Amino acid sequence: MKLTGAQILMEMLKEEGVKTIFGFPGGAVIDIYDELAKTDIHHVLVRHEQGAVHAADGYARASGGVGVVLVTSGPGATNTVTGIASAYMDSIPIVIFTGQVPTQLIGNDAFQEVDIVGITRPCTKHNYLVKDTNDLARIVKEAFYIAQSGRPGPVLVDIPKNVAATRIDYKPPKKIQLRSYNPTYKPNMRQLSKAVSLIKDAKKPVIFAGGGVVLAKASKELTEFARKIKTPLTGSLMGLGAFPGTDPLWLGMIGMHGTYRANMSTGACDLLIGIGVRFDDRVTGKTDEFASQAKIIHIDIDPTSIQKNIPVTVPIVGDCKATLELLNKLLDKEDLGDLNEKRKQWLDQIEEWKSTNPLAYVQKDIIKPQFVVEKLYELTKGKAIITTEVGQNQMWAAQYYHFDKPNHFITSGGLGVMGFGLPAAIGAQLACPKKLVVDIAGDGSIQMNIQEMATAAQCGLPVKVVILNNGYLGMVRQWQELFYEKRYSQTCMEYAPDFVKLAEAYGAVGLRATKPEEVEKVLKKGLSIPKAVIMDFVVEKEECVYPMVPAGAPITKMLLV
Amino acid sequence: MTEEKHVLSILVENQPGVLSRISGLFGGRGYNIDSLCVAETTEPNVSRVTIVTTGSKQIIEQIIKQLHKLINVIKVIELTGTEFVQREMALIKVKAKPEHRAEILRMVDIFRCKIIDVGLEHYIIEITGDEDKLSAILSLLKPLGIKEIAKTGFIALSREPKVV
Ligand SMILES: Cc1ncc(C[n+]2csc(CCOP(=O)(O)OP(=O)(O)O)c2C)c(N)n1
Ligand SMILES: [Mg+2]
Repeated sequence: MKLTGAQILMEMLKEEGVKTIFGFPGGAVIDIYDELAKTDIHHVLVRHEQGAVHAADGYARASGGVGVVLVTSGPGATNTVTGIASAYMDSIPIVIFTGQVPTQLIGNDAFQEVDIVGITRPCTKHNYLVKDTNDLARIVKEAFYIAQSGRPGPVLVDIPKNVAATRIDYKPPKKIQLRSYNPTYKPNMRQLSKAVSLIKDAKKPVIFAGGGVVLAKASKELTEFARKIKTPLTGSLMGLGAFPGTDPLWLGMIGMHGTYRANMSTGACDLLIGIGVRFDDRVTGKTDEFASQAKIIHIDIDPTSIQKNIPVTVPIVGDCKATLELLNKLLDKEDLGDLNEKRKQWLDQIEEWKSTNPLAYVQKDIIKPQFVVEKLYELTKGKAIITTEVGQNQMWAAQYYHFDKPNHFITSGGLGVMGFGLPAAIGAQLACPKKLVVDIAGDGSIQMNIQEMATAAQCGLPVKVVILNNGYLGMVRQWQELFYEKRYSQTCMEYAPDFVKLAEAYGAVGLRATKPEEVEKVLKKGLSIPKAVIMDFVVEKEECVYPMVPAGAPITKMLLV
Repeated sequence: MTEEKHVLSILVENQPGVLSRISGLFGGRGYNIDSLCVAETTEPNVSRVTIVTTGSKQIIEQIIKQLHKLINVIKVIELTGTEFVQREMALIKVKAKPEHRAEILRMVDIFRCKIIDVGLEHYIIEITGDEDKLSAILSLLKPLGIKEIAKTGFIALSREPKVV
C-alpha cells in the first residue's frame, strides 16, 4: 500500500484508538491537517498551543488514557513547552506531534525552524526527530507505548514537512522491540516480605499515597490495603482521590499546606508506607526531620524516585497496582492480631490532632474563598471533576473539596503552572461529556489561558470556571505578607477585566457574587446552565492558606490560623 | 558524605542525540563529568560511553538510575568497586632544549611511551596509562616546560570473564 507520511500517521492514530486531538495548524503540518480532515478523529482547535497540551493533559487524566497534540514547527512547537514540562513533572501520558521544516533545511535557520527535540529533551520522557518516512510508523508506535508504560510521561515526535509528504510503501509496524526500555512492574518478593514484617511490627503506621496510585489505577487495591491493616492515610496533591476523601482513615493532604493531623501523624509515625510518591520538597519540608521516627517503605515504579530525597528502609520498585495486589495477598496469610485494639491509641491520638487544629475559617461579611469551595463541594456532592489554576485557589480546592474517586482532581502539581485549569477542564470535559467539570481559578491564573474560552464555546463545552477573585497574585502575596513584611511587590493586579463581560464576549455566561449570601445562589445557577459559565466570586483580598509550613522547615512546624 | 571518583561504563544505542541526552542529564541535574569517552563497540549500533564522575554514594546511585531511565541506554555498569582496568592516552608537547633532550628520552624510555613528533624546539610524546602514570610523567616533564597537552579521557573495561 502506497501512503504518504501524513496518511501513515492517520493509520497509526486509528490503530492507537485516538478519538480526540488537541492542536493548532501551520505551514509545516498542512499535509497532516489535510489528511486529518479525512478521518473521523475529533480535532479540537485550541487558541494557543500551550492550551492544547494542558487540554490533552486534562483529557488523559480524566479518561485514564493518553492525550494527543498536533502543532506546527517553530512557534507552534515552542508554545507547547510549558505544557509538556507540566505533564512531565506529573507523569501524564501525552504524545505531541510537532511539524518541522523539511529535512534538507534542518540546521539552516530556516523559517520557523526550531530544534524542538533539543529544547524538550529534559522535559519529555523521550523524543524523536523522524528523518525518514519509513521510520514513522515504528516511531509513532513506540511513542504511544513509551508514553503510557512504566512511569508515564510526554513523548514528542518531530515530523519534517517532507517526511509527512513523501509517499512510501507502507507496511504496518511489527511488535515493538525496545532493547533498552523495560519497566519493572512486578516487585521483588523478598522486599515484599520485608515490608510485611515491618507492617506487622508497626504500632503507629501511616500510608502516604501519591499520583502513582492514580496513574496505576490502583485505588481499589490501596483502599483494601489500608483497611486491611487499619492504617490512616495521607496523600500528596497528586494523590487526592486515590483513597476516599470522606473515609475516617483519611488524614487529608500532607506537606506545605497539608492538614495539621496529616503532618503531625507523619512526624510521629513509626512506619511510613509511601506508595506512588516521590517525596517532593513541598511534601517533606526539611528532609532531615521528615518522618524521623519512622522506618520507610517506598513503592514506586520509577527507581530514580527511590532514595532520591529520603533514605528508605525497604525500597520496592514496581507498579503500584501489582505491588498492592501482592501485598494484600501476603497480608491475608498473616495473623495481624486485633487491629482495633492495636491501633486504638494511635487513632485516638490522630483524632485529637484532628480536633485541635482542623481546617478552619470564619465567614463574616466578605466572602471567604474557602466558603466558596466548601459550598461548591456541597452542591456538587463531591462528584464534579475539579481542575485548578495555581496558587491559593489550588490549595483551597485541595483542602476543601473532598475527592472520593481518582481522576477527579486535575491540577498542575509538579510544575505548578498558572493557566492550567481552563484548558485542562476543556480536555476533561471532552473525555467525560456527562460529568460536571469545574475549574477552580484565581483571578491571575485565569488570565493566562483565558483565550481557551473560545475553544470551549466552539466545542459547546459546558465547563464551569469558579474564580476566587482576590485581586492579588494571592499565593505570592501570602509569602510577602508572612516572610517579606508585607512588601507587596508586583502582586496586586490593579486592573482586571470584568470577568462577567468577558464571559459574555466569549459566548459564555458570566455571573458574579460579592456577598456571602449570594454564593450559593450564583453557584446553583451557574452549575445548572448547560453552557460554559464564568462565576466571579469577589473574595477576601488578604486571606491566607493555612496551615502553612515555611519553605525548608520541618512539616510539623506549621503556621496555623 | 564523602565524594569519590567513580567510573561508569554505559552501553547505549548508537543514535543521534544520545550523547546530548547523557551530557544534558549530567548538566541539568548538576552532576560532575570529570571525563567522558565514547566510541562504537563491536556491535555497530551500540556505543560504549565511559564516564568518570565524582559524587557521594547517594548521588552516584542516582546517576546510575537516571542513566538507566534514558530510553536509549541499554546498560550501566559501575566499574568502581569491581576488578577493572582503566587507561587514558595523552599527547604531550614538551619543550626540547638541546640540554634536556637526553633526559626526556630517558623518561620516555622509563615510562615506556613514544615520541611521535620531533620539532626544532619540541617533542610530542604519546603516553598511555592509568591516572598515576600520567600524573607522574606530567609532574616530571613540567619543569622542562609543557607547551600543550591533549588527553583522551578515560576508557575502562571490567576484568570479569563475563562479557557485560
Ligand atoms: C506561569 C506561572 N508564573 C508564575 C507563577 C508564580 N505564582 C505562583 S502562585 C501565583 C499567584 C497566582 O495568582 P492567582 O491566580 O490570582 O491565584 P491566587 O493565589 O490569588 O488564588 C504566582 C504568580 C506560576 N506558578 N506560574
Ligand atoms: Mg488571585
